[in-house]
Amino acid sequence: MITFDNVTKIYPNQTTPALSGVDVHIDKGEFAFLVGVSGSGKSTFLRLITRELRADSGRVLVDGQDVGRLGQFRVPRLRRKVGMIFQDFRLLPGKTVYENVAFALQVIGRPSAEIRERVPATLDLVGLSTKGDRLPEELSGGEQQRVAIARAVVNDPLVLTADEPTGNLDPATSVGIMKLLDRIHRRGTTVLMATHDATIVDQMRRRVIELDAGSVVRDQATGAYGTA
Amino acid sequence: MRHTLRETWSGLRRNMSMTVSVIITMWVSLALFGASLMTIAEVDELKGDWYDRIEISAFLCNQDSAANGLGGNCVEGENVTGEQREAIRSVLEADPNVETIYYQTKQEAYEEFQATYGDNPVGDSLTVEQMQEVFRVKLKDPQDYQGVITKLSVLEGVQNVQDLHTILDPFFRVINALKWGTLGIACVLLLAGSLQIANSIRISAFTRRREIGIMRLTGASTTYILLPFLLEALFSGVIGSLLACGVMAGLQYFVVDTLSSHQTLASFGWIGWGQTCPAMLVVLAVGVVLSVLPTLVVTRKYLRV
Repeated sequence: MITFDNVTKIYPNQTTPALSGVDVHIDKGEFAFLVGVSGSGKSTFLRLITRELRADSGRVLVDGQDVGRLGQFRVPRLRRKVGMIFQDFRLLPGKTVYENVAFALQVIGRPSAEIRERVPATLDLVGLSTKGDRLPEELSGGEQQRVAIARAVVNDPLVLTADEPTGNLDPATSVGIMKLLDRIHRRGTTVLMATHDATIVDQMRRRVIELDAGSVVRDQATGAYGTA
Repeated sequence: MRHTLRETWSGLRRNMSMTVSVIITMWVSLALFGASLMTIAEVDELKGDWYDRIEISAFLCNQDSAANGLGGNCVEGENVTGEQREAIRSVLEADPNVETIYYQTKQEAYEEFQATYGDNPVGDSLTVEQMQEVFRVKLKDPQDYQGVITKLSVLEGVQNVQDLHTILDPFFRVINALKWGTLGIACVLLLAGSLQIANSIRISAFTRRREIGIMRLTGASTTYILLPFLLEALFSGVIGSLLACGVMAGLQYFVVDTLSSHQTLASFGWIGWGQTCPAMLVVLAVGVVLSVLPTLVVTRKYLRV
């Protein structure tokens, strides 16, 4: 599903690469953690998948497509295959929970009949079926992240990338979010999560890819946060 | 589509005062631009019309010519001689730019004077002998008149060479200055108008930057994101253009058509709807371009993938 083929990324005006010579392959339906200290290249890794960034050398393949070579007008199609969630939720404050989730379908031109069907089903999946008419500010952090997850998966993406999704949440809430991500993974979505929450990684016992200064230093099928 | 229209409308409403000021600026600048287009067409019309009528008149000597200090090439107390007259005629006939030559005798000049100023008391005291013989010359290219005048003015027996250019040229210089002046001011105003559109769209895009960010990450197409901004800019641009076209139609209907139907002015060349309608289309096109272009420029930053 996702292949990094000798990928190097150097930000403008910087000498040390954010990623250097990264080779990673993630299969369809996998659940993988991306760990490492801040600045190790986790976010860069995720942003290369969604073509927010372009590799300076090497190839990034998503669903068989070389995303670095996508034309400007093809990028939206790629993003429809990849759901994204972030540490800061990124919800629209003026819209209700329902509208926030529906927005993701509206802007890619889905018919309203489909929206009326999918949004409640997705809110149900994330456990917010009773809170559709609330505004984000009326929700707890964990609930807000659930809305963001609902928005990311309402279009049934092939891949879900999560950049520190539990970074702003307390441990108990984080467990709930992880359970939800696990549920989404079991529906067949490939999940790639960048985190430095050791507890979560240790509990989940999934594949762990560790980055250090832009290089993959560890890639274990069922790993823990620290070196096992 | 509904989303697009809703976003457009909310953008316009959010910036209501800005929208109004943009429309007014576009209106005034496009109206001025349109008016200067019409002026240009009108000046061309007048120029063609008047220059077509221009003829050069070479007044020949009579016995009084040298005496009253406007002698030209005359000898005191003598009329132009037959030889001199024929020499002048042959110079004119040899000139390739001369189309027709019409010779008027003193008698004919006297009759014409009487016909034109018959009631004037001056006419009574004038005699045939006081009149001057005249060569009236029509040119093939009225713009190129200097050569013929230079040639004529050195010939023996020519008292004075008159042509309307000496009167019309300063007049057209003033009109030309006015014409280019209005066009220049209109262009500066148009620049201000399009910058204002750029600003209002920049504000619109900035207030919607969160939405735009989310649209981009959920895979909305560039067109989808751009459309509300384009429509917002077009709204102001097109309304401003239409108002300007209204002003132009008003100018044509109330000013030009009224003047041209006035008895004494009807003989001048006047522009008609045939010139004003294309000018209105130009104004509309300029309005559209000046709203779309700045929008594309300022939204580029927000649309970069």
